[in-house]
Amino acid sequence: MIKLTINGLVVNVEEGSTILEAAKFFGFPIPTLCHMDGLSPYGACRLCIVEIGEGNRTKLVSSCTYPVEEGLKVRTSSERVMKARKMVLELLLASCPQSKVIQDIANQFGVRQQRFKQEHDDCILCGLCVRMCKEQMMAEAIGFRARGEKRSLGTPFDIRSEKCRLCGGCMYVCPACQLRCTYTDPDKAICGSCANIYPPCVEKEQFNDMMCYMEPCVACEIEKK
Amino acid sequence: MERLTSIKEFKNLAGLIVADRKPDQPVIIINAGTCGQASGANGLIRIAKSELLHHHLTEKITLRITGCHGFCEMEPSVLIEPRGTFYPKVSLEDMARIVTAVEHGEVLADLLYQDANTGEKIEKQADVPFFKKQVRTLLSRNEKVDPIRIYDYIDNGGYSSLIKVLEKGKPQWVISEIKDSGLRGRGGAGFPAGIKWELLAKQSTEGDRFLVCNADEGDPGAYMDRSLLEGNPHSIIEGMLIGAYATGATKGVIYVRAEYPLAIKHLIIALRQARELGLIGENILGTGFSFDIEYVKGAGAFVCGEETALMRSIEGKMGEPRQRPPYPVQKGINNQPTLINNVETWANIPVIINKGAKAFANIGTKNNTGTKIFSLVGKIRNTGLVEVPMGITINEIINDIGGGPVGKFAIKAIQTGGPSGGCIPAELFNLPIEYESLTKVGSMMGSGGMIVMDERTCMVDVAKYFMGFLKDESCGKCFTCRKGTQRMWEILDDIALGRGTIEQLDLLEELALAVKDTTMCGLGQSAANPVLSTLRYFRGEYERHIAEKKCAVCARSAKKGKIAQTAV
Repeated sequence: MIKLTINGLVVNVEEGSTILEAAKFFGFPIPTLCHMDGLSPYGACRLCIVEIGEGNRTKLVSSCTYPVEEGLKVRTSSERVMKARKMVLELLLASCPQSKVIQDIANQFGVRQQRFKQEHDDCILCGLCVRMCKEQMMAEAIGFRARGEKRSLGTPFDIRSEKCRLCGGCMYVCPACQLRCTYTDPDKAICGSCANIYPPCVEKEQFNDMMCYMEPCVACEIEKK
Repeated sequence: MERLTSIKEFKNLAGLIVADRKPDQPVIIINAGTCGQASGANGLIRIAKSELLHHHLTEKITLRITGCHGFCEMEPSVLIEPRGTFYPKVSLEDMARIVTAVEHGEVLADLLYQDANTGEKIEKQADVPFFKKQVRTLLSRNEKVDPIRIYDYIDNGGYSSLIKVLEKGKPQWVISEIKDSGLRGRGGAGFPAGIKWELLAKQSTEGDRFLVCNADEGDPGAYMDRSLLEGNPHSIIEGMLIGAYATGATKGVIYVRAEYPLAIKHLIIALRQARELGLIGENILGTGFSFDIEYVKGAGAFVCGEETALMRSIEGKMGEPRQRPPYPVQKGINNQPTLINNVETWANIPVIINKGAKAFANIGTKNNTGTKIFSLVGKIRNTGLVEVPMGITINEIINDIGGGPVGKFAIKAIQTGGPSGGCIPAELFNLPIEYESLTKVGSMMGSGGMIVMDERTCMVDVAKYFMGFLKDESCGKCFTCRKGTQRMWEILDDIALGRGTIEQLDLLEELALAVKDTTMCGLGQSAANPVLSTLRYFRGEYERHIAEKKCAVCARSAKKGKIAQTAV
């Protein structure tokens, strides 16, 4: 067992667990977007940052990837953490304003507007779908391509992978989700398994009636600017 | 080449090579690194060869084709030994004259280097102000060695440090020597090399242990590592061999960027020669010590210079940094312990073993020992590679070695540490160059790029240029690095084009601090430096851009449309 301090509380946790797991177990809430139990930690969204260390030598780390260490001092909601986390949320809202998940977390932290040029991205590249496809569905049908601002999600040459079984797992885990519904263009590289749901949501007048398990489904409605 | 099977055989060979020396015979040295070739060294080599053949001088004059000597401004240059005559900017016509002059032991006064300030002609390389103030421990070996001839390297004491280590037979002694020397990682962070080595030696994991030479030098305007790999690849190999002996490593990897074809070529040749001589591979020189080195070519991503991304790249995966801990020395390539050092760090190892830790520690200052190579570029008279003792002031580099500004414009700032470094204003030029002092003023040592900017350089443009580089080169994994650099660039673009507002300036600073705090690897954590350091010292320029809606420095109105990227 490893002994560490979280927000002043001395706790013992098993070796090999992450700060996020420890904090969650002892009831300290930490917001996450790219983390999901059952998938390997990735550390892409940076929402789960916490402050570690003491005195002048503190730093912010992503709690989902940082392993617990003996004697570690962790603060999950210090001023520095909150300030940085609000900026992360502002950036998220600036890129993906239509995501209910992001809106909810932003609201929870009192972020109600953002100061950058508004974009309407489909994706925050959190990598949940990639890990879902690889680690749970054993398909490895999708992955990341390129780097920097050109980084995107998809398959090689944008051709649907033969390994894709249209399971819909990628849509299920997506927090930003615009990818969930490619019904009108079923040959698109990513999944499009809503085409297999009957009756397909686009034929319904009322979204409440649809069979889609995403709630609420607003993604297919929004027109991109 | 026959494989050597014992230390004695190596010594015999070295003895034969030394006995074959002709110390009085003149040598024409043509500087043909990538930079030399680009400015015409290949033509000089062709003419020198044909002249030597034509006049039957091949027995009387030696021609040596070497890597870069460092004085880029004066290339293609020719050096005559043993006299030390230095001919800068040699034209094809002059090359034939130089060969004739060397034959008759004459010096061509009209071709000599002329001091720009005094107008005085200087014959010897050692007296040229650019070289005079340098301490060229590593770079001076470039002119002695033809990089594709291992015998040249052995002739100049090459692999003698390895022999010393093998004969001593005490890995712990090597580590304590490196620790005592105070050598710190030359890749930028300055972690003590000896401590890193000790950590690897102490690992108890079974299986392979890796040594990596990080030659993924990606900073714009920096080319120290390229010159070392091109000019003296055996020194890196020898350094790694000593490292392997000290730490018990079994496999070596040199990760070199694909944009350095000449360095790769020389490296391949050097590895093959070393393998044929039995200096790398199984049972080296019959001592039972085995270590092999392979090279891996990068695929063009700047972020692969970051150690965790570099390891993933070597494994054949996408170059993305990961969380440390676990540190590479605990879990690296294929989850085996891995030690990563920069090219320059490895090149320093044979020097330390050869001269002793004390002699090395005497150069430089207390916690910053030895020499460091900087690539001095930008608006300065003498551009080139300069090797100086640590602790030298910026002023000395810029004015004494660099020869001061070109033309009438005063030097405003220097940018050190590559895209993640910062700008240091002229008021701080008395600062000694040390890892800590540079960090304190908001820049960093980095791998050693030094870009000089004068009054014609707009600092907003500079920040925008580096941010543009970083937004393209961020791996894109961390949301705040990918989007943060993109958003910072957008704001800088607005300000540079006269569309910025004062609120945006505050937002820029807030965002920069958040990006610094919330990213995973060194690239993201330092990505805000170009903005933060220019804001710290040149806030007025930003404010003028906003207030006047144009750039006073570039004197270009926003209405004229696009402002060309002339920062560097």
